[in-house]
Amino acid sequence: MYSHGAESLIKQAREIQESELQKFYSRLVKLLQGKELGHETIDSLQRLHLILSATKYTRTLPPELQKKVQSLLSSPKEHFQVLSSAVLRETLPLSGQEGNYNQENISQLNSHAAVLLLSQAGSRADLSSLCAQLLRSLESRQSEVPAHSLTHTLPILNTILTLSPECLTDDHVTLLNKKLVDWLRYASITQGGGASSGGFFTGPRSRQPVPTAELDGAVSGDFFTVLCVGQGFTEDQWMNVYSFSMLRHWLLTYHSVLSGNGTADTANRLQLSLSLSHSFSNDDRSEVDGSVVSIVSATSSSGRLLPPKERLREKSFQYCLRLIEQSDRKAHRKTDTDLQKACLVEAVCILDCVCEEDASLVFRAFPCIKALFGRLSSDLSFARVLLPIAQFYLNHGEMAAVDCESVWKLVFGRFPAELFNDHFLAHELLRFLRLNLKSLQHRVPQYTRSFPNLLKFLAWDSPAVVDDFVDLLPSLVTAGTAVELLHTLLDLPCLSATLVLQVRSTCLPISEPGGRGLQSPDAYRNPSFRGLFLFLLRGDAGSGDTIDRLSTLHELLAETADWPRVVQCAQTVPLLLHIFFNTVITGADEKLLSHLILVMLERSSLLLNIPEYNKEIQRVFSSHLLRFCKLHPSLVVDQSHELLEFAGATANVYSKEGIYTHVVWVLGEYLSVSCDSRCSVRLITSCFEALEAVLFEITSSVPPPGADCPAPRVVTTLMSALAKLASRSHDLIPRVSLFLSKLRTLTRGGSVAWCSDEEDLVAIVTRGEELWSLLKAPGVAQSVLTPPPHVTTPQWHRDTNVAMPLRLRALTSLTHSQ
Amino acid sequence: MVRCFLIHTVCSVSALGAGESRLLYSRLFGPDEGIFSDRERGLNPEERRLVQKERIAVVARQVRSAVSLSREASARVLVETVPGEEALALQEADSGVVRLRAGDPFSEEMSALWLGVQSLGFTLVCEPHENLLLAEGTLRNLTRHCLEHLHMLGQGSEVLLRSNRVDALLSRLLPHGQLLFLNHRFAQALEKEVAAYMAK
Repeated sequence: MYSHGAESLIKQAREIQESELQKFYSRLVKLLQGKELGHETIDSLQRLHLILSATKYTRTLPPELQKKVQSLLSSPKEHFQVLSSAVLRETLPLSGQEGNYNQENISQLNSHAAVLLLSQAGSRADLSSLCAQLLRSLESRQSEVPAHSLTHTLPILNTILTLSPECLTDDHVTLLNKKLVDWLRYASITQGGGASSGGFFTGPRSRQPVPTAELDGAVSGDFFTVLCVGQGFTEDQWMNVYSFSMLRHWLLTYHSVLSGNGTADTANRLQLSLSLSHSFSNDDRSEVDGSVVSIVSATSSSGRLLPPKERLREKSFQYCLRLIEQSDRKAHRKTDTDLQKACLVEAVCILDCVCEEDASLVFRAFPCIKALFGRLSSDLSFARVLLPIAQFYLNHGEMAAVDCESVWKLVFGRFPAELFNDHFLAHELLRFLRLNLKSLQHRVPQYTRSFPNLLKFLAWDSPAVVDDFVDLLPSLVTAGTAVELLHTLLDLPCLSATLVLQVRSTCLPISEPGGRGLQSPDAYRNPSFRGLFLFLLRGDAGSGDTIDRLSTLHELLAETADWPRVVQCAQTVPLLLHIFFNTVITGADEKLLSHLILVMLERSSLLLNIPEYNKEIQRVFSSHLLRFCKLHPSLVVDQSHELLEFAGATANVYSKEGIYTHVVWVLGEYLSVSCDSRCSVRLITSCFEALEAVLFEITSSVPPPGADCPAPRVVTTLMSALAKLASRSHDLIPRVSLFLSKLRTLTRGGSVAWCSDEEDLVAIVTRGEELWSLLKAPGVAQSVLTPPPHVTTPQWHRDTNVAMPLRLRALTSLTHSQ
Repeated sequence: MVRCFLIHTVCSVSALGAGESRLLYSRLFGPDEGIFSDRERGLNPEERRLVQKERIAVVARQVRSAVSLSREASARVLVETVPGEEALALQEADSGVVRLRAGDPFSEEMSALWLGVQSLGFTLVCEPHENLLLAEGTLRNLTRHCLEHLHMLGQGSEVLLRSNRVDALLSRLLPHGQLLFLNHRFAQALEKEVAAYMAK
């Protein structure tokens, strides 16, 4: 598809020499001077466009050429309009001619010239005058204005008000409100384009106007909408389409409650809209000959009593109800079925919007929405339509006192569990959660328990949704489920593998000969392992933090460790863990933090064996272990038993070096009376002995088969920890000093079995010597190795001596002007 | 409203670095958002154009990376299709949506819908509150037309040399970035106009 030819064309366009370019320009000017502009001119203009757009640096055209191209904007042939607009957009306007936005004939501009004007607009004022001109043309009688420019008015206005709603004045808004009502509600209901019901032999006089049809072929019984078809369409039917296409945006921009002009009395509104009066107004193109009137129109409120804004609201309401009704029909074509779905989404969103503005409409809307939900809730192919319905329930359910349980069961239950591999649903559902986080936490208790289900989106397609989870994860962390959440996050790659197996087993026949020799699909189907997988696939939290047979599960899934989805998932876990821990640490009680420390110790080796995954997780654990202990030093004494057990196991030095080092450091640093008064001499001694034993073992023997030499950092950390502990219980000092001097003599002999690098050995020995000399003066050692709090957390501004200079310096810098 | 429509490479291009994407067609809709931001208000038109180009380059790069990650994960074999098999190519195309955070690169959050047809990606950047179902359908429709009218499944470079056709297509099906609710009749009427344009 992408060929070398295309690549070289772009290269040529970028690297064209100035001389060649000038020759090209003059050739083009000559061509444009000719009477007849043909294919050669079109091709040359196209090449000019390529040359200009291929580079991000702007090229300017010679003025003569630019003027000629500009004149093509109003050419009768559309090709020249398109090309001149495209070319001019890629270069700068001629000086002195920067888009004259006050021209009288702006309304006569074709769409392509309008594109150029929009792109060259330099300020809000430009856009405001453009808007004013466009609306003036709308106001004037339609026969004066050529057909196409009218249809493009709405898209142009819509694009301007996306960025700058202030470009329209209140009068403009009122005018458009009125126009939109006309187009939406009172477009003609007969087919345009000269379609007739007469046969071959009927003459022009007997041609009767044919009514428009619904998508299933039935004759339309009510006003025209985007879901009506005909052989041809009239002008106002086109405007109906364009109006509906921008309706939601229009309502959101100008009708939002925030921009409310006077909050009308809700009670009055209620009376008005519930009244079943049905009046015809004289100056509207309303249904004077309206014969067939459907239920929707019959319950409309009196149109004449309402000001334009409220009228539009009412008519939009009716339009949406009609669309919902029409979407139930069986369309003949797939594209129309897809359009019906899109219309349902739009209709529900618009209903949500108008109900926000006028709460009394909720009571009229809810029966319809409820019926729609009932109709669609069992069909997963309508999942994306059910999301706006969920939004409606969330916004207005409380007011209408409607039970929303079944909605949440779908959103937090079935959708993530069964549609985790639908990219678009994932995107929209997660967006729905992000936008409504506060209300959901407030009103939907099952939200925080549904993380096992929600994380399925992440496990399946991590790169696409990790960004959303960065925003959502903090809200899913609660004191009650934090531990389970941690386990779930650590086993996300397992979930990923399981989901792949699940999808494969539904796609492939059960009795597929194990062609590729994979063990995992069989394990997945094996009844004795079913429980393991079912736990991973659970929908709600609360049934247990994790399973006992985790190691079995990891073994079963060992071969999945190189599956791309699993690897991608594993790469996002460290990031999420950071977010988890950062959230937990704010306002968590010590009990939870201790529990989490235990989980960290336990899981540091209990992970799916993906390359680098283990190391990364240990890195995250280590940094957060440090943070926890720094914030709550007493945690170390609390968990001393487990920490000591971990630190006393020599095997951990080799297999979990990262976290081992930090555990030892934490023990050395915080196991002291100044951190926690419960720290006894006996505790310090037993810790010392445990660490001493490990240090002896690793520095006196060869590493076990298959393991590398212990990292130098482990050795030095152990030594430092021992020294710190000894500085707090001076009887231990002789033991440490003895060991350190022994170490010095041993290593003087050259290389040792437990350290392969000479430089590392030197560093270790140097550290040993420093500690040994420090310990020779126990008092000094104590203040260096176990500094009192006021040294480690200096608050100089409180110190009476140091504070004064600081204050003076601060005042000086404040009063001096830079 | 749709902010832009892009056609760009999603395969590796030898002249570019890894992860870079070559833009074959780009079209921004509406006025430049820079004129409303305090930071960019003082820029002259030349600088503004540069910023715009950089912005779409960022989008193309992000989509490229999303496409390659998605293809890697699904481990699907890319089916080579030849001219005439446009419907098949579209059916086999993978699709997805990228969330573009506010500021990266547009001032507000955007959703970039993409369709990957072999080595090329077709991307539609819309505001997230937009009807994404409709946007998805529109994107598929636009892609089908581009593949057919510009013979993109072949080795030619018509997408570069006949970009005016894409402009004309967009002016009918996505005028000024407005997504349209078109039933098959309305769509037929517009496609007839497009076909008439292409024929000349």
